Amino acid sequence: MAPAIRIDALTKDYAVGFWRKRPYRALDRLSLEVAPGEVFGFLGPNGAGKTTTLKLLMQLIFPTTGRAEILGRPVGDVAVRRRIGFLPENPYFYDNLTAEELLHYFGELFGQSAADRRARIPALLDRVGVGAERRLQLRKFSKGMIQRVGIAQALLNDPDVVFLDEPMSGLDPLGRRDVRSLILSLRDQGRTVFFSSHILSDAEALCSRVGIVAGGRLVASGRLSELLAFETRGWELVISDARPELIERLGARVSRTIEIAPGRYTLELPGDAAPEQLVAELTTAGARLVSVNPLRATLEDFFVRHVTETGAGARAAFADESHARP
Amino acid sequence: MSVNIKPIAVHVFRESVRDRVPYTLVLFAVLLIAASFLLGQLTAGQDIKIIKDLGLAATSLFGLFIAVFIGIALVSKEVERRSIYGLLTKPVSRAQFIAGKYAGLLVTLAVNVAIMTAALYLVLAYMTWQEPANVRAAWDAPGVDPALLGAVLLIFVELALVTAIALFFSTFSTPMLSAALTLGLWIAGRFNADLRNFDAVVESAPAAWLARVLYHVLPDFSAFDVKLQVVHGLPISAGYLAATVAYGGAYILALLLAATVIFARRDFK
Repeated sequence: MAPAIRIDALTKDYAVGFWRKRPYRALDRLSLEVAPGEVFGFLGPNGAGKTTTLKLLMQLIFPTTGRAEILGRPVGDVAVRRRIGFLPENPYFYDNLTAEELLHYFGELFGQSAADRRARIPALLDRVGVGAERRLQLRKFSKGMIQRVGIAQALLNDPDVVFLDEPMSGLDPLGRRDVRSLILSLRDQGRTVFFSSHILSDAEALCSRVGIVAGGRLVASGRLSELLAFETRGWELVISDARPELIERLGARVSRTIEIAPGRYTLELPGDAAPEQLVAELTTAGARLVSVNPLRATLEDFFVRHVTETGAGARAAFADESHARP
Repeated sequence: MSVNIKPIAVHVFRESVRDRVPYTLVLFAVLLIAASFLLGQLTAGQDIKIIKDLGLAATSLFGLFIAVFIGIALVSKEVERRSIYGLLTKPVSRAQFIAGKYAGLLVTLAVNVAIMTAALYLVLAYMTWQEPANVRAAWDAPGVDPALLGAVLLIFVELALVTAIALFFSTFSTPMLSAALTLGLWIAGRFNADLRNFDAVVESAPAAWLARVLYHVLPDFSAFDVKLQVVHGLPISAGYLAATVAYGGAYILALLLAATVIFARRDFK
């Protein structure tokens, strides 16, 4: 099946500085694909290149090199915008319009008839939780309410692919829960969702796949289970009916021991240990095995390590390259 | 394509109606016409000319403020406040965006100029009704003179051209600089006719050559000013009106094309 989003070596350089312009690489040969129906989390710290990528996909800025396609069409094709929705980061709309008027305006741009809009817009505003305020001018809206209106306008055309730039930004816990369930309902309807975030718990709760970007480069991408499976940093054994001298005998083979209750222990083993051997030894000595679990890195561990290792290096490498240019 | 120009144009018009600036300007214009009426009371025999002259000048001046300041705000406000992100990610090409914004401001201008013209005609009708027949007979032109509409038409085309210039500059420049450049070009264009015969007053060949180039490149805004003829009842040929409208139209088209080309490649950081 053709990918819903295809990004091929996308690069964006800006000239920075007032008098002596020097190049700044905001995005460096980023390539990735998102399959139809996927919820893809585009993760990275502030300034990593997430918004740049989304702006390139939306043709709000133009790439220095590389190309991108949405639903098999080049991103510059205006027709493809009929099938996509976009929520900008910290969206701003027209102060003197009401939420309802804004959606009518945008609906007209999609060629929706007045009757269609009258039927669709109140339901959509209800769905994002600002139905009661639909006749209020946007200047009176809070940041969180504007964010909800932004989500409504991104879904106005029933899009096949939805791009959300930091969708949880400015939302309270209730709002975040609403947006999470909205993204999941989009997934259940078979829509493709591409969202950027630096809130990792959102990605863990929602995404089938993630891409991690740092310093303008994609440092990792894949299924969460795949990315984190390689990161088994140890094992956790819970045993009961174990005598203290048995635990003492284990010595350095166990990196951490916690006595939960008399005779009941949690044992942590290093990543390179073979838990089967230890389990056999313990059970032979009369202890009972309660559970054995691999200790995997959380997405946060993974993220922090990759971002600090690769991210900072990427920009430094570009700076070196640009200095080396004649 | 026209489908997406109309909603943008309607939006511009609605926004300008909700911004109180045009109302204030129209109010000022109406007040100025009223002032001219009072002034006319003090000047025996010349009152109707003063009313026409001041009325047309006020229409032109207040229209100019609307054209420059709203014309510049059209694009730069969208870019500065980033509302353009929501708009350009809809099925709207950048050319449609420019065309829609321009069309919307033309409608706004047309409504404002129409209100100011109606106010002027009302004052003139009152004056005509008030004056005795022997005074009316001494006037160069009828009080409620349809020829005024010719002058109003050219004022409108001039404002449309100023709007196109403002829009052009605002596609790549800051609002302040765009306003300065637009007003500068308007003032230079007002004195454009003087550049034609510049070689008669300077000896330097390069200066004369530069003046001639500028004469051809700068818009000739003096061509749109027929207030004096209209006020004094001198005829303005339909041919002159048509040629001046065509000149303005061609200039506007060229500016909009240039604005579209520049805007089409612009990054919204």
